[in-house]
Amino acid sequence: MIEAVVSIKPLLAILASGLAVPFILASRKNPNQREFWSYLAAFIKFGLIVSMVPVILSGKTIEYHLWTVLPGMDFALRVDPLGLMFALTASFLWIITTTYSIGYMRTNNEQKQTRYYACFAIALFAAIGVAFAANLFTLFLFYEVLSIMTYPLVAHNEDKEGLEGGKKYLIYLVSTAKIFLLPAVVLTYMLAGTLDFVPGGVLTSDMPAVLVIIIYICFIAGFAKNGIMPLHNWLPSAMVAPTPVSALLHAVAVVKVGVFSVLRIMLDVVGIDVMKELGLGLPTAFFVSFTIIAASIIALTKDDLKARLAYSTVSQLSYIVLGMALLTPNAMMGGMLHITAHAVSKITLFFCAGSIYVSAHLKKISTIGGIYKKMPWTCAAFTVGSFSMIGVPAFAGFSSKWYMAVGAIDRGTSTIMFVLLASTVLNAAYFLPVVFKMYFGERHEDAHFDEIREHPFVVVPLVITAMLTIGVGLYPDFFLGLAERMVLR
Amino acid sequence: MSPENINFLTIVTFLPLLGAIVLLFFKDVRKIRWIALAVTVADFVISIPVLTSFDITTHHMQFVEKYTWIPTLNINYYMGVDGISALMVFLTTLIGWVCVLVSWKAIEVKVKEFMISILVMQMAMIGVFCALDFVLFYLFWEAMLIPMYLIIGVWGGKRRIYSAVKFFLYTLAGSILLLIGIIAIYYAGGKTFEIPLLMEQHYSFTFQAYCFVAFFIAFAIKVPMFPFHTWLPDAHVDAPTAGSIILAGILLKMGTYGLIRFSMPMFPDATIYFATPIIILSIVAILYGAFLALAQTDMKKLIAYSSVSHMGFVTLGLFLLNKHGIEGGVLQMFNHGITTSALFACVGIIYERTHTRDLRQYGWAAKHVPIYAVFLFIFSMASLGFPGTNGFIGEIKILFGAYDVHYAYVIFLIIGIVFGAAYVLKMYENVAFGSNLKPAPEGSGTFEDYMSHIKDINPREFLILGVFTVFVVWIGLKPTLFLDIMGASVDHLITQVNAADLTSIAAR
Repeated sequence: MIEAVVSIKPLLAILASGLAVPFILASRKNPNQREFWSYLAAFIKFGLIVSMVPVILSGKTIEYHLWTVLPGMDFALRVDPLGLMFALTASFLWIITTTYSIGYMRTNNEQKQTRYYACFAIALFAAIGVAFAANLFTLFLFYEVLSIMTYPLVAHNEDKEGLEGGKKYLIYLVSTAKIFLLPAVVLTYMLAGTLDFVPGGVLTSDMPAVLVIIIYICFIAGFAKNGIMPLHNWLPSAMVAPTPVSALLHAVAVVKVGVFSVLRIMLDVVGIDVMKELGLGLPTAFFVSFTIIAASIIALTKDDLKARLAYSTVSQLSYIVLGMALLTPNAMMGGMLHITAHAVSKITLFFCAGSIYVSAHLKKISTIGGIYKKMPWTCAAFTVGSFSMIGVPAFAGFSSKWYMAVGAIDRGTSTIMFVLLASTVLNAAYFLPVVFKMYFGERHEDAHFDEIREHPFVVVPLVITAMLTIGVGLYPDFFLGLAERMVLR
Repeated sequence: MSPENINFLTIVTFLPLLGAIVLLFFKDVRKIRWIALAVTVADFVISIPVLTSFDITTHHMQFVEKYTWIPTLNINYYMGVDGISALMVFLTTLIGWVCVLVSWKAIEVKVKEFMISILVMQMAMIGVFCALDFVLFYLFWEAMLIPMYLIIGVWGGKRRIYSAVKFFLYTLAGSILLLIGIIAIYYAGGKTFEIPLLMEQHYSFTFQAYCFVAFFIAFAIKVPMFPFHTWLPDAHVDAPTAGSIILAGILLKMGTYGLIRFSMPMFPDATIYFATPIIILSIVAILYGAFLALAQTDMKKLIAYSSVSHMGFVTLGLFLLNKHGIEGGVLQMFNHGITTSALFACVGIIYERTHTRDLRQYGWAAKHVPIYAVFLFIFSMASLGFPGTNGFIGEIKILFGAYDVHYAYVIFLIIGIVFGAAYVLKMYENVAFGSNLKPAPEGSGTFEDYMSHIKDINPREFLILGVFTVFVVWIGLKPTLFLDIMGASVDHLITQVNAADLTSIAAR
């Protein structure tokens, strides 16, 4: 039994961004003041989450029980290493993204910026809520809030494309939650009599195996934010959103909530032992392997930079599930580490895509030839992000891939090893040409090179995240330590 | 005077009637509105103790009042509430003052008559939920018909007479069957009209089956269950907003309340015998109502058909005959009263401004009337069972119950829930975002011009929607109070049904 400390901190950390919303709305006339509230909330949130680190590192969990909704169905929060890892990543990147948003939104003269910042704050409220949820009800609640409240961000431009993208986004996420998630929750409750997350799972092997497998499949399909094919299509459509949204939400918060929830299900609802007994691990690994390879191949065909990044995200998300599904300690640690590793790398790449768009109004890869002369920082950061995604040593993506590869060997499956290698080749195939183009490509005739200049509010954040990418690559021990605690519980 | 000595139920029931009589002596429209509001608010305040001092540990009738009325026929003035009816009384008094507020500006002709109708209606509705004597019950039951007929027929929309007559005929047909059933059970049950006494007896299966069918049709028309639902969309479309709110909020609950109060405990054998067919009918209602709602372009009609679908959840939950199912069903009755009333209020608010209910003519509410859009959003979410709203708790409890009986029910319910999400989101998208932008009505300039003179909600409307929001979130996050109040009564209902003589059913 893990020792639990009762503290209101997780609740405060969740509420910090939620409470900022009225202030953001109230100061809509004064943009600087409005952004101050976003910053304040982001710093308070991050500070609160950081303050929980020592407790978690000492091997305890933090719990806070609000009230019982129905017997076995509570409104309760719990911080464990996995949740803390995700919360740390998301809340820190919110600070960075706020800076980036100021640069991007103001330079682009985007409309409805108050709504934008308010929805962003709610999205973070929900994402941290998912991270700290102590049971399925709480998780479901925040998960759905996140689906709905990010719709205005996706449909931000309010043009035909934006509304169509937003509609698709909502239809995918809401309907999968209703069709798969709700029955899975109902079945879990009826079988286990509780919706709590318990280390080792609440489902046991003496329950009907067919039902457990149905529950498991429903959860994987129901958390469609995880982008596993064939329910991934909302993610490329959501790229119509402003770039900071794609960066923080569709590379970090929203998609990671999907993956995080799947990990939660594997660890604390179905349980690793039951997964092993029912032989669910390898089929899942093979299933997501298809997504890894297929999404990479689609990414190759995309000329739109954001679309290529979106398919890359689809592919990379499945890595995390793959790592967990191998069910060996190393692979699981690799999978969890990839939450952070992918987050810092992919947000860098999206920031760069946005930076190019803000400065040069270019979206297509074929038009960005030779842009590095005008945007050196952006191109350098993009290179860092790409290397990390490919898995070059000393970059964040390397550590996680390394652990996954070791885990695959532990498991003794050469096919998964082959998938990892093949996808690395594919990653290189769709990222390196972009990098090459930036540095050595011919200037495109449409690009007005003389007017291009980098904006500090946009560049500083992406340099920070690029440095983080290297930082996590060189010193992954902190996050690995958290992942290890999760595995060894 | 200690609280035990106060005849709470009598006061709650007849205060509106008193108010209606007082209104007769006033002419000033302003005063009439304020008096009607004062009476309904007072009624609401008085009904709060019924809930707060309710003893949740027992299923016995509480706040009982019993006086002899017509001794030769053994008819008594007999009032009392259990956990289920206490909730319904509370809902009725809540809806009461909301209805007055909703009609504040919407009703401009014959205000006095309108308010009197509303008050008389409220008296009859509360009476139905409190009556423990069959004759008294039937009296209140029939008394509801006339004010509702007037509300639709006088203050209604284009086809108001047609809709009012249709409503009247349908309900009357049901009432006649109900009357036959009551007379039959009077003789079979030893010449008494006392409902608690009649519940304790055991009737032969054949008698139960016939009576059950008679009662069931009467109540099914009120619910309305498929295939008795066709009066509902017409009545809703033509009723004024307050009429729709009463219809959706309270009147539809009469049907399910009747099933809980009479059909299930009095005819347990028949209940078990007919449970599966009724569940199948409910599933048909859920899916059919959802499909029809999806096809509507009239906002009010859409919500009306969604009522058919949502009431299908209630009847399904009740006839699952387990704790989760019945509690879910009763809670969903209350939820539907809150959510759908709120949605009808939203329709009324936007109709007063745009004079259209055509979804294709709306759009950009999120831009021009943001507060309204937020409220509509909350109630839309409640309607589609978003976690954290009241609809979720009701739905998930019914799903729990359904899984216990048969997994196939869960599959059908999920399909219904998905289509529920589809039509609600379609409605909200049309109203708030208007992705299928249509030109403004003729003669009102550009769409932007047309929208820009539409004002956001005023404090009165804010209050109405705010009250509903409180309940949406309260039940959604902490339904304990509501489930506790009904808990003992639901348990007792289950024991009553389980007392059924299974051998007689098996013989069939």
